[in-house]
Amino acid sequence: MIPAAFEYVLATSLDDALARLGRADGGAKAIAGGQSLLPLMKLRLARPETLIDIGRLPELKGVRRMADGRVAVGALTTYDEMQRDPILRHYGILHDALPNIGDVQVRNRGTIGGSIAHADPASDMPAILLALDAEVVARSSTDERAIPITKFFEGAFASVLRSDELIIEIRLPRGRDDVGSAYRAIEQPASGYSIAGVAAVVGARAGDRWGFCAVGVTGVGEHPYRASAVEQAVLAGESLAQAALHAADGATVGSDIHADREYRAHVATVEVLRALEAAIARLE
Amino acid sequence: MAIDMLGKRAKRVEDQRLITGEGRYVDDIKLQSMAHCAILRSPYAHALIRGIDTSKAKAMPGVLDVMTGADIPYNPLPMAWPAGGSAGLQNNVNTPRALATDSVKWTGEGVAAVVAETPEQALDALEAIVVDWEPLPAVVDAEKATQPGAPQLHENAPKNVVFEWSVGDKAGAAAAIDRAEVVVRQRIVNQRLIPNPMETRGDIGLYNPGTDEYTIWMSSQTPHIQRLLLAAFVMGVPEHKIRCISPDVGGAFGSKIFTYADYPIVLLASKRIGGRPVKWIESRRENYQSTIHGRDHITYLEIAGKRDGEVTAIRVKTFANLGGRLSTIGPGIPTTLYARVLAGCYKIPNVYAEVVGVYTNTVFVDAYRGAGRPEATYVVERAMDLFANEIGMDRAELRRRNFIAPDKFPYENPSGLGTASGGAKIYIDSGNYEPALDKALEMAGYAGIEKAKTAARARGKYLGIGLSSYIEVCGVAPSKWIGAVGEGWGAAMWESANIKVHLTGKVVVTMGTQPQGQGHETTYAQIVGHELGVPMEDIVVQHSDTQGTPFGYGSYGSRTASVGGTAAVKAAEKIREKARRYAAHMLEASVEDIEVEGAEYRVKGSPDKKKTFQEIAFALDLAFDAPEGMEPYLDETAYYDTPNCTWPFGTHVAIVEVDEATGQVELVRYVAVDDVGNKINPMIVDGQLHGGIVQGVGQALWEGAVYSDDGQLLSGSMLDYAIPRASWLPNLELDETVTPSPVNPLGVKGVGEAGAIASTAAVANAVNDALKPFGIRHLDMPLTPQTVWKAMQTTKGAQA
Repeated sequence: MIPAAFEYVLATSLDDALARLGRADGGAKAIAGGQSLLPLMKLRLARPETLIDIGRLPELKGVRRMADGRVAVGALTTYDEMQRDPILRHYGILHDALPNIGDVQVRNRGTIGGSIAHADPASDMPAILLALDAEVVARSSTDERAIPITKFFEGAFASVLRSDELIIEIRLPRGRDDVGSAYRAIEQPASGYSIAGVAAVVGARAGDRWGFCAVGVTGVGEHPYRASAVEQAVLAGESLAQAALHAADGATVGSDIHADREYRAHVATVEVLRALEAAIARLE
Repeated sequence: MAIDMLGKRAKRVEDQRLITGEGRYVDDIKLQSMAHCAILRSPYAHALIRGIDTSKAKAMPGVLDVMTGADIPYNPLPMAWPAGGSAGLQNNVNTPRALATDSVKWTGEGVAAVVAETPEQALDALEAIVVDWEPLPAVVDAEKATQPGAPQLHENAPKNVVFEWSVGDKAGAAAAIDRAEVVVRQRIVNQRLIPNPMETRGDIGLYNPGTDEYTIWMSSQTPHIQRLLLAAFVMGVPEHKIRCISPDVGGAFGSKIFTYADYPIVLLASKRIGGRPVKWIESRRENYQSTIHGRDHITYLEIAGKRDGEVTAIRVKTFANLGGRLSTIGPGIPTTLYARVLAGCYKIPNVYAEVVGVYTNTVFVDAYRGAGRPEATYVVERAMDLFANEIGMDRAELRRRNFIAPDKFPYENPSGLGTASGGAKIYIDSGNYEPALDKALEMAGYAGIEKAKTAARARGKYLGIGLSSYIEVCGVAPSKWIGAVGEGWGAAMWESANIKVHLTGKVVVTMGTQPQGQGHETTYAQIVGHELGVPMEDIVVQHSDTQGTPFGYGSYGSRTASVGGTAAVKAAEKIREKARRYAAHMLEASVEDIEVEGAEYRVKGSPDKKKTFQEIAFALDLAFDAPEGMEPYLDETAYYDTPNCTWPFGTHVAIVEVDEATGQVELVRYVAVDDVGNKINPMIVDGQLHGGIVQGVGQALWEGAVYSDDGQLLSGSMLDYAIPRASWLPNLELDETVTPSPVNPLGVKGVGEAGAIASTAAVANAVNDALKPFGIRHLDMPLTPQTVWKAMQTTKGAQA
């Protein structure tokens, strides 16, 4: 439980961190709260030559409302800070998940940017950000880009983030009054990660139809995904139970000692239904 | 006035240091010029070692030494408790060497050790060691390992069989089963568990070249036994040249009873580098891979009886997985401590058990909290439920009907500890099982359970209730019995206590037992304080160092209160008797006329003529005026060999709700009525029950060590091995009956394992009860959502 030797650099500014990441040409990893990277390093499963500590950069901390009403969550905002933030209080769905992430120590140290960059296929936040249609803002020493979260994850622990980029912030669309949202998960008891975690945002009821439905799923496929088939079925007026059966459509469903493909795909449908129902209950 | 400390919920004196981070565990000990050791472990479950190249590692920065198996001049580790009791029974013994030489038998077996200036350098150098492996096919399942074509682990163990052992009346059981009105058969798996003490193991070896003496600090439950085994069986060093010290031990659950390879490694390493101390601290991953696991039985069960509920026979064949090589007392657990108590608290006349100990490519299996008794309780308590369901009788009624009656004690059970050859017998000392059952049923609302089931159905839940009426055998064991039947350490099993009373009246109690968090320093202070009339604050309890404590066999098997506690009583009696004799001298009275109450020694009929215990100690320590023939000072040692084991019992009731959609099980209530005899400190007893119950619930619902078919430990860390968390459990509702043990003067029985012995079966029975509407008869543990949901799917058709 001792990492292999590595260089440690404390970044003095965001520009300093980006310049170092660029120069390292893939040999460096940025570290923020360290709640995902350090355990891997202690097991020597990750062996970065250099760690660039971005944990103290004030530019990346905090939550702010943007001019257009969207909300930007700085990449270094911890789960605990998100839990207590007055602006984020309006995104109830976040608070379904935040109190259950890891333990107190993890919530005190773990950051939203670190979680997204790590791209764990079973982590809670990605499902919620998917259902919220969030944007990931990534910057390198040469450019900055806003990546829709739906395009961000590529596989287990793999994303479109380049080795010279840092996540700067996560942008959430402005809240709507005509939708309800909820996150529901069945957890793998040892790790607390989701076997199936589902974030649902439903609303804009017009007549007998739902006008809006977004469903993010984590823990089920190779990476967190939007359950488009569920969304379409809901919008097409199918019953929620019927729609939920599409929870794992198109996903490569994972299997491990806790949940095989059959069970995981099944509980994905259960949690989709429960998340949809809970979201609608909040609307009413 | 007597200070009545027994039965008081005194706060634990050790907690000030333990919960403020001031405990002193092995890793807290930092000796001058200390070097650090790391062990290279096999990535294969079964492989030949064709060669090991350590040359690169030796040249790494900070590296002081690299050892392989060829460098170890010692014997393999000992196996001290074979399957015994039957004449001529053969145990095909293979035990680990400090470092493997020719082959490895499980993923995690040690093959080389690096000693370096820092732990970081030692770990870095491990990566530079090159082993030329020849991987071999592996087998991890005990039943499969005995079948034709299975990979063979050891030349001296055909079909991978360690032993084939049986107990009970084979013909009688067969006859009873053949003519029974009802026979129920079930294959039952008691899955493998990982003990998970909060503190992993670790040790520091120190060789003194000047005196040729070895000292080892170890996180062990048994420092005296380790000194004996290391000296006599492993290292060939005289016993008085080895000193073993267990500082604070952060939990053990049995896993720190044994002789481990790292003990000789750190001692030899210290010698090889000229007497610098060498520390090895186990990582959590190593703890999972290389420290013992528990349980791992596959059992074919038959229970037979009459339709009116009289159980007439129980017969089992059990495959006990003992791992790739044997741990110190591995074979003793599934034999003596399992099959001999198989009938539990029931008067089943015909009991027969066959146990096959099996080698597999997994880490060795040995005693884990309860050790054999949880496995036995699980089998018999599942059997009672299966039988009750088969004949359509209420499960509580069936138990009541078959309990050993209270007037039958001492009771000799038919598979039991009394039937061993040699004449020395162990009886079930006492019991009164029905009141505990009644109380538990009353508390749990058993009579109204059908209503609760209906109400739960309306919420999409299936409610189930489970009972577990258990007995435990504690206090191992009369030395005479151990010697007569060849079951046990191959050594005696008494305990020791020394009491010294200083001139200031302060009392030092030195014990041969070894705490691991149980609160011995509090418990013994209560016992000795009670006996001598001295306040607890004036008593210090010492232990843990073979230099300075009387020999003792250590703490496991819930034996410390009944055996060690009685040794403390006996030592206090000797102290009191000498103080009384000296009081007679001081008061110019005859000894017979001195009466003692607490700390007051007075002359009968002359209440003003008295001396306090402290005045007596002061005068006798000074010895200015000692009578002829009386030695100065109050210093007495007692050795206590128990005449019998002690037998706690009780009934636990679990209520669960199963979510039909996901298969998730929620434990909604837990009621436990335990009879552990008299209690020295009821708060400590409650704590032991809480911890034990939760560990047992963990087995029923969440825990399981999982190896892949090729022997990789898939549940290799706490990310995949689910240890219970407080938030998953309801409030534990505890109550008691009190049947003092007649075996010892304290009337205590032991409680360290009772919770873990009872709770697994209670919860498993509850889940199986909840699933009855689906036509499910039995599900193996852990009862995870996936297991439960899949079972509901396969039987849904049957239900309709």
